[in-house]
Amino acid sequence: MDAIILQVLNGLDKGSAYALIALGLTLIFGTLGVVNFAHGALFMLGAFCAVTLSRLLAISHETADPTRTDFLGNPLKVQTPYVEEWFGPEIGGTIVEWSVPLGILFAIPIMIAVGLAMERGLIRYFYKRPHADQILVTFGLAIVLQEVIKYFFGANPIPTPAPPALVGSLDFGVMIGFDPGSIIYPYWRLIYFVFAAILIAAVFAFLQFTTFGMVVRAGMADRETVGLLGIDIDKRFTIMFAIAAVVAGLAGVMYAPINSPNYHMGMDFLVLSFVVVVVGGMGSLGGAVLAGFLLGVLESFASMPQVTNVVPGINQIVIYLVAIIILLTRPRGLLGRKGVME
Amino acid sequence: MGILEVKNVNKSFGGLKALREVNLDVAEGSVHAIIGPNGAGKSTLLNTLIAKLTPDTGSVTFDGRPLIGMTPHQINQIGVARVFQTPEIFGELSLLENVMIPAFARRDGAFGLHAWNQVVAERDIRDRAMSLLADLKLDGKAHVEAQHLSRGDKRRLELAMCLVQEPKLLLLDEPTAGMSRADTNRTIELLKEIAKRGITMVVIEHDMHVVFSLAQKISVLAQGAIIAEDLPENIKGNPKVQEAYLGGAHL
Amino acid sequence: MLGLNKKDTSLFLIVVALTVFAPFILNPFPVGSDLAQFNAGYPDLMQRFLIFGIFAIGFNILFGLTGYLSFGHAAFLGVGSYAGVWMMKLLTMNVVPAILVSVVVAGLFSLLVGWISLRRSGIYFSILTLAFAQMSFALAYSVLTPITGGETGLQLSLSDPRVFGVSATPQGSIPLTNFFGLEMRDSAELALGGWLFTFNAGYYLCAVLMLAAFYVAIRIFRSPFGMMLKAVKSNQQRMQYTGLNPKPYTLAAFVISGMYAGLAGGLMVSMDPLAGAERMFWTASGEVVLMTILGGAGTLIGPVLGAGFIKYMENIVSKINEGILHTWFGFLPDGLEDFVVAVFYPFVGKGWHLTLGIMFMLVVIFLPGGIVEGGQRIARLFRRRPARAHERSVGAPSSSAAE
Repeated sequence: MDAIILQVLNGLDKGSAYALIALGLTLIFGTLGVVNFAHGALFMLGAFCAVTLSRLLAISHETADPTRTDFLGNPLKVQTPYVEEWFGPEIGGTIVEWSVPLGILFAIPIMIAVGLAMERGLIRYFYKRPHADQILVTFGLAIVLQEVIKYFFGANPIPTPAPPALVGSLDFGVMIGFDPGSIIYPYWRLIYFVFAAILIAAVFAFLQFTTFGMVVRAGMADRETVGLLGIDIDKRFTIMFAIAAVVAGLAGVMYAPINSPNYHMGMDFLVLSFVVVVVGGMGSLGGAVLAGFLLGVLESFASMPQVTNVVPGINQIVIYLVAIIILLTRPRGLLGRKGVME
Repeated sequence: MGILEVKNVNKSFGGLKALREVNLDVAEGSVHAIIGPNGAGKSTLLNTLIAKLTPDTGSVTFDGRPLIGMTPHQINQIGVARVFQTPEIFGELSLLENVMIPAFARRDGAFGLHAWNQVVAERDIRDRAMSLLADLKLDGKAHVEAQHLSRGDKRRLELAMCLVQEPKLLLLDEPTAGMSRADTNRTIELLKEIAKRGITMVVIEHDMHVVFSLAQKISVLAQGAIIAEDLPENIKGNPKVQEAYLGGAHL
Repeated sequence: MLGLNKKDTSLFLIVVALTVFAPFILNPFPVGSDLAQFNAGYPDLMQRFLIFGIFAIGFNILFGLTGYLSFGHAAFLGVGSYAGVWMMKLLTMNVVPAILVSVVVAGLFSLLVGWISLRRSGIYFSILTLAFAQMSFALAYSVLTPITGGETGLQLSLSDPRVFGVSATPQGSIPLTNFFGLEMRDSAELALGGWLFTFNAGYYLCAVLMLAAFYVAIRIFRSPFGMMLKAVKSNQQRMQYTGLNPKPYTLAAFVISGMYAGLAGGLMVSMDPLAGAERMFWTASGEVVLMTILGGAGTLIGPVLGAGFIKYMENIVSKINEGILHTWFGFLPDGLEDFVVAVFYPFVGKGWHLTLGIMFMLVVIFLPGGIVEGGQRIARLFRRRPARAHERSVGAPSSSAAE
């Protein structure tokens, strides 16, 4: 029992990332009708926003520390981040340590800008082109973005730790009556899950309860009719693209401490997220989220030694296998609507 | 016993009954028109004939064989061809290729792996396609991509694609919709020619001029049910039909 | 000739000539000259041109004709190369059984994948093929290690049985791949003045097979079967109501293109008997898509051009380093030189993929028809001017399109 709960929890953080990326993919597909192979790159860009911010905050200069001396008796020269100088070592130090959560604030304007630039500069010219062209051009863009990141940040993963206060684990087992130490779950992963849940809820609430969201949902269902009402649907769709970019970016920012960001993390997640979208049902937001968590948890179960001992290698392929089975038996995916991409 | 028999066909979409207890008996070699106001279920009926839709209950037999459960290409292979309301053609291919493809389909069946033959060597197929294009005055454009044709030409091309197969039954969904008077008259003449060859035709049409020039028998569909089936001259005076058409102003 | 019409015959003959004389054509610069780095006439690279040419020709039969975009074709190439290496381990170092078995195994695998994936179309089909390829990749890396060699890849060893050959040469090394005794590595060299031309046995084996593959592709394009494949792309609904079953046609195209990929994989290991899982990674599938699009999907010569262009660029661009850039721009004033070098540096050497991505985007955006369309546009530009002059003097001829 405790092992099962542990696997569910382990699956949740990856599932959260799948769900967030798949949600953005579905939003873009549902509103703009574009298959965006560069969406994984947005996730990756988000993670590198966190890296960039932590590096910016760590910019320091040499100062003399009068309280300590080197072996010659002179005051010790130390690197002091400017932030610490401006805000004092106490607050400044905290700011440096909390660079990843602060990355959220840092990433939002950047991701909005990237999203708008992408949509206005490239994607909008592809609305009327075949899906194959959309796949290809965004695939090219994804390569370009990841290569640019590789050029500036190098090919190696860059460790980006969570704030020290949030490092450590929660003994979840004790809380629900199991032996201590049976279910240990890192705080940050829990935070990631909660963060993802809030983000997803925010997107849904936005679509559900605002006029803007209502128009977008109507546009997803029937673009032409909404256009006939005299509503400038295209403008709203552009904004939705930016929102999808922000969602993917924030998913990336917060993911940085879980897996050290590298330039190809976007592609790794993209392929799986596409599978998630298809399993959930192309154009179904709820389906994307549901399938994201389901597949994340499933993958985590498949990597249990008890399972891999029986069916070796299943953890590597389980998501694809499920996708193939679902596509063949329920072509519209778990919650797909009729008439979308048939 | 007709070549096409529709018996007690019902079809509903959700709560909407699109077809109720439809019966149809099309005599071999005749032209049978189906008329009715908009939304009467004419296209639905035609779609059940070519397996685009499966009826909820009832049977459809063609030449003594049940059509329900067959795939569209099987239905075509036993001799049923269809012209659509918006022409369905191979837009990126030339007119000649458009007509050769159905000719190949007639000769070689639903699938043939003729990956080693050369199209140019298939003289007989090519000649038949060309002569049919000539019949329809399209031979001058034989090497033009079909998507560049005018709407009227597209319809004629689609007709050529059906005729090259020498079908036993030709289904036409509003063959003159959106055509000028002159074009309509030309199409009527053409269809009369085809009828003379002994091809059975089922025509859905709004234009009563077309219906009465062609049809030997007319079925009137209203709200999914056949309310009358008779010779053209009797249909005009049928009070039920006049009622269905809002006082009969159209007739 | 050979059952081709005049236009196709001349196209085929041009390709034959280019392939046969490639060792000359691709080595235009004398050895030791500054420009020698742009030479491509060495066996390894020329073999790659042809092998990827075969891969792209096959991919084009599926994508160019039927419009089905497979994102997992590298899996067939990978499976083919594993099968080829196994033949060399078990049977003989003669490449013939290796190549044959590669084609057959890839064909069978593509029959399985195609049979399942073709139940869906459009983006779903792309995702299904992608899923299959990624699955193959993941399995090759993990569970199937005994068959695939896992991360190190599948290699020959001295302990291989090689029933119809020898496990090891008298000198105690692994025997070399050969074609009935003719070693693939054998080369004849010809020095003319400052030039050095290499004629490699392996290259010419690839050439023969590539020309055969190209010829078969022409025949398929011009056959009723090819016409049906174009019909699949154009209008499947009309096809069905015309009495044709699109499924087996598409599946046949899928399997044929899978066999082409297998042939490419078999040739790859015939030249260099090593097979690795990274050949099946989805970026490898993306690469063949790019080759086909860049050259011109749906055209005969396009995929060959695209494959050659990309492999050439990859080889040349990735070899350029900072030093070379400095010698190129050495004529500029120092500050400007450094600036220009800094601008170009991200795009060369390890930055080759950046150039590739940009090229990919530019082609899809501005030239969806690829190099072939570009060539046609330029040709039309030149043809139109004289044509207009002609019109003026003779009076407007009827403009009915007589293609």
